[in-house]
Amino acid sequence: MRPAPRTWVLAGLLLLLAAVPPLAAWLDQPFYLDLLRRVMIFAIAATSLNLILGYGGMVSFGHAAYLGIGAYAVGVLGFYGIHDGWLQWSVAIGASALVALAIGAVSVRTSGIYFIMITLAFTQMLYYLGISIEEYGGDDGMRLASRSQFSGLIDLADPAAFYYVVLAILALFLYLTRRLVDSRFGRALQAARSNEARARAIGFSPYPYRLAAFVISGAMCGLAGALLVNHTLYLTPEFMNWTRSGELMFMVILGGIGTTAGPLLGAAALLLLEDLLQGWSLLPKAVTEHWQLYLGVILVLVVLHAKRGLAGLIPGKNE
Amino acid sequence: MSSPLLETVGLRKAFGALVATDGVDFDVREGETHAVIGPNGAGKTTFIKQLSGELQPDTGSVRFAGEDITRLPPQRRSRKGLARSFQITSIFHDFSTLDNVALAIQAYAGHSFRFWRAAREDASLIQPAMQLLKQVGLEGKAQVLATKLSHGEHRQLEIAMALATRPRLLLLDEPVAGMGTDESARMVKFLETLKGSKTIVLVEHDMDAVFSLADRISVLVYGRIVATGTPAEIRANAEVRAAYLGEEG
Repeated sequence: MRPAPRTWVLAGLLLLLAAVPPLAAWLDQPFYLDLLRRVMIFAIAATSLNLILGYGGMVSFGHAAYLGIGAYAVGVLGFYGIHDGWLQWSVAIGASALVALAIGAVSVRTSGIYFIMITLAFTQMLYYLGISIEEYGGDDGMRLASRSQFSGLIDLADPAAFYYVVLAILALFLYLTRRLVDSRFGRALQAARSNEARARAIGFSPYPYRLAAFVISGAMCGLAGALLVNHTLYLTPEFMNWTRSGELMFMVILGGIGTTAGPLLGAAALLLLEDLLQGWSLLPKAVTEHWQLYLGVILVLVVLHAKRGLAGLIPGKNE
Repeated sequence: MSSPLLETVGLRKAFGALVATDGVDFDVREGETHAVIGPNGAGKTTFIKQLSGELQPDTGSVRFAGEDITRLPPQRRSRKGLARSFQITSIFHDFSTLDNVALAIQAYAGHSFRFWRAAREDASLIQPAMQLLKQVGLEGKAQVLATKLSHGEHRQLEIAMALATRPRLLLLDEPVAGMGTDESARMVKFLETLKGSKTIVLVEHDMDAVFSLADRISVLVYGRIVATGTPAEIRANAEVRAAYLGEEG
């Protein structure tokens, strides 16, 4: 089969991202490295959300929970002097999967507005738990003593190395999601989204497939959390704030729900616009001071004019 | 002769004072096409729903392949090999025609916790799905989104999906209802190809379809079966002519 235009766009985007570190070094603008690393970390989180939101039809309004769990896994282990990245990141993934299993076991049985409210409620519980633990900084959060350490193989303190680690994980997750969506598992998941009654009639019980997708998604997002706290070097319960869940959901919808490239496009569009409107010196002061207003207007226009999100603007088959 | 594949004994279902099914004894032999006809309000839909399990009779029993299935819900009956096509279209609208059938085959093939291999490139799904599409005459529409198919094509797709679960008995609820003349002729021609290899219960209004397809016909009037026999016997039956065929001209 010939790759679709969207696959080319996605491959082009990843190549472009790979070219950023030498370009930033050449232009002496290390700031861009930082910005795009942040974009990619959120793209990973949005990709994980897209698996259940886009393909599973499960509108999780609590995906920030796993960002938080991944971040706390790194931060808390670091607090006790354990900086080994292999261990930290394994715990981040494992703990997120376990929590997703617990939350999913309850919430996946529900649908529609109940699912939204239950996932939100669980995440708020975790958020307030984070705030209440004074030892780890409570409300204020705490600074990380060190980034995750990988037996001297990879040095995350080197901005370019860290950048490429994030890029590699993003590319891997995009590929894995694609495989998953196209597999029998993915087809069963999408069938249940498309027509649940029919899916049951031909013999699919949606629950186990939805729960499995929920756990995989949570585990992926947990790793994004581990990356995020390494990026900010600061652990805060704000990672789990409900507005963060909303942002992730918005990235998926803006980029194109149920498309491979969508979460990356959405994360890039949202975060780059945010940055541009806040800081671009060519813009009048009235814009930079009230940037949220202008961002809102742009986003509303995009959503209105591109029903399938940004990925929908690229010719190709919609799934 | 061997015992029938599907059999009802003394089936009775009442809705308040209205007796919709009134002591129906009915049997379907392995391999035959048994049509159920009757004027509007004769209780055909109520009857077929008791066969598929969507309704439970007040008294009487339903036996399938020698087993009492009177109290089994539809999904359990479907697992035992009793497949029903719906009067109202129920398909995966945002999947291609081929994917719809491939999904039904995948569901029949057992659990779907297979995460790696692309289902669209899985010959064990695609080949039989394509075969079924050819069988129902939809192979030219394999890659078309199911929602874009015509009404008649939806019915064809439904039957392909029902066949994908390899049923022992196919319950067809008005398969040519709402179809144009050409479409309906094509559907009848297709159903003729199933004859003999599949056991079929056919509930239908279209008399041309019934008389060209059925091995036996049962006539349901006011919840009772007034006659059962070959098409020729039914045509010649005075009671049937009076009750039913006469009305249709």
